[in-house]
Amino acid sequence: MAGPAEPRDVLSKADLLQRRLGADLRDRMVDSIYTDAGDLSRRFVTVSRDRRTDYDRALDRIITSRIFGLPLMFLGLVAVFWITVAGANVPSSMLANALFWVEELGASLFDAIGMPWWLTGFIWHGTFKGLAWVIAVMLPPMAIFFPLFTFFEDLGYLPRVAFNMDRFFKWAGAHGKQALSMSMGFGCNAAGIIATRIIDSPRERLIAILTNNFVPCNGRFPTLIMLATIFVGTAVPPALASFAAAGTVVMVVVVGVVMTLLVSAFLSRTVLKGEASSFTLELPPYRRPNFGRILYTSMIDRTLFVLKRAIYMAAPAGALIWLLSAIHIGDQNLTTILSTAFDSFGQALGLDGVIILAYIIAIPANEIVVPTILMAYTGATQMVDITGLGELHGILAGEQGWTLLTAVSLMLFSLLHNPCSTTIMTTWKETGSRKWTTVGALMPLAIAFAVCFLVANLWRLFAGV
Amino acid sequence: MTLDRTGIDHVVALAGNPNTGKSTVFNALTGLRQHTGNWPGKTVTRAEGDYLHEGLRYRLIDLPGTYSLLSASVDEEIARDFILFGRPDCTIVVVDATSLERNLNLALQVIEITDRVVVCLNLMDEAGRRGIAVDHEGLAAELGVPVVPTTARYGKGLDHLTAEVSRMVSGETVTTPRQLKITGDLSEALDELVPMIEDLHHDLPNARWVALRLLDGDYAVRQALLDGSIGELAGGDR
Repeated sequence: MAGPAEPRDVLSKADLLQRRLGADLRDRMVDSIYTDAGDLSRRFVTVSRDRRTDYDRALDRIITSRIFGLPLMFLGLVAVFWITVAGANVPSSMLANALFWVEELGASLFDAIGMPWWLTGFIWHGTFKGLAWVIAVMLPPMAIFFPLFTFFEDLGYLPRVAFNMDRFFKWAGAHGKQALSMSMGFGCNAAGIIATRIIDSPRERLIAILTNNFVPCNGRFPTLIMLATIFVGTAVPPALASFAAAGTVVMVVVVGVVMTLLVSAFLSRTVLKGEASSFTLELPPYRRPNFGRILYTSMIDRTLFVLKRAIYMAAPAGALIWLLSAIHIGDQNLTTILSTAFDSFGQALGLDGVIILAYIIAIPANEIVVPTILMAYTGATQMVDITGLGELHGILAGEQGWTLLTAVSLMLFSLLHNPCSTTIMTTWKETGSRKWTTVGALMPLAIAFAVCFLVANLWRLFAGV
Repeated sequence: MTLDRTGIDHVVALAGNPNTGKSTVFNALTGLRQHTGNWPGKTVTRAEGDYLHEGLRYRLIDLPGTYSLLSASVDEEIARDFILFGRPDCTIVVVDATSLERNLNLALQVIEITDRVVVCLNLMDEAGRRGIAVDHEGLAAELGVPVVPTTARYGKGLDHLTAEVSRMVSGETVTTPRQLKITGDLSEALDELVPMIEDLHHDLPNARWVALRLLDGDYAVRQALLDGSIGELAGGDR
């Protein structure tokens, strides 16, 4: 070689050699690494007995079998929600009783020391009531649901879910690991979107990000559980109530998963065209769940985290709702004026004006939608004495004229509509694209409108309402 | 990727597959002296912490858990770039003794990049329960780097680990890192390219790996070669 080499010479030499070698270089390297790792482990590892692996394999033959895999998942979900629904009712009523008692006490204390009526209203019937609703409606289901969910997670079940779901995602032209990010989404959609990092292909990762919203997150489960309990649960004999409610929540979850697959399939056949890439999924051994860790993770990381966020959002929403009901224009308050304005739009979707108003107020965190709706309904009068989930049916069905259709539409809307502000922010951070963030926010909303509109009209057509 | 070394005697990177007890090793070594943040420009959590050994302060950087360093996922890129450009004085690769074959894939790739590696053979208790025995001395001889069996959950073997790290950073340990077996036209291509890279940077410990990455069209490595930062890898600490 004449003279010392320059970096550019090295690069052009590398390019030349690269063309000569062909495209399978990466595969050959991976192959060589795997062969070597295999040789080394055969030489230095001796296995005397492996009872646990045998046991794991036998278990996996059932849990990930083509025949039993999906039904077992379905049964597991029903069981989890049944325990949640059956267990949450009583503590919910007790919490509601206690907190609304505190509200009355606080309000009468304020009255007694001569505070102006608007301050009492703003603090106790607005802000505090918002908090009370959030805690009473959300805390008990979360405190039961999260430990159960974390238990399955700790057991090592989630990778099996991905395994069972793989063929569906393959059909949809999406990555099989999307089943994992989807499962994370049940915890929190923002976390699910971060979890899509395990997907290498940018195309498939984007599909996973855009569709993560279609599985209900922790924040939305309490809404679904509550609606299922008070509308579906009361529509069947009491002995079957909690089963029917749990079954309904599972149905909603199934609709969400089907929607995930349909939208993924649509995206991968239109704007994000491509083949599903293959991958190896290793099923980790089942681990004996560590109960201390389950309690810690589910209570501190999940329940308290979600509750804290909901409380931060609910307090201002409560205050806002109170203001809307306290400010009068003419002889109507703002709540009435706004909800009347939204009413025909809401009715077209099987909802009503108050629900639309509550959704607009609750955009930062849609887990507080139901508490917001309740405050909007009850806040105006301050006369209602609610003592738990049982009485909620009275308010919603009796006074506000909700039907089963309203509940179903609200569940579908809550499942499908736009992600919360945190999730939108996360989408933006992860994609770095304004365009895809907008799509991620507005596409679900459009789908929610379309589905609710369709369901409401078909329902009315067939039910003759 | 570089970091502030004020007050720190040695920087140690912690690599490993997910679920190998890497975080347990990290927590056991650093205790409460840790700090979490993000990798620059990334939304991946970065944890680092200090431990003292024989009066010297070691800064331990917990790399994202990865199965390999070859693909373009964000986590793998961060781990790879830190081992390459962050120039740790030693890299601990935590491997799961119960599934050595899969874990060795990553260890072999790390050893190909840097010769200052200590393999931490973790989850030895779990391996024992399952009747799995690993000849760690034989493995160390073949890999050409120290292998330390540990059960980080119960703190077993960690003093051994820190001692090996200390011998590695002081230069007391001489490693003979295992190289990938490469044959045929790829081997011929390496024979042509490696001398050119070595000619450019004499002391580069991993010219062969750099050549492989160039042949694979690795953008970061191409850039590093162009702007000369690859050369710094050879100088500095050695």
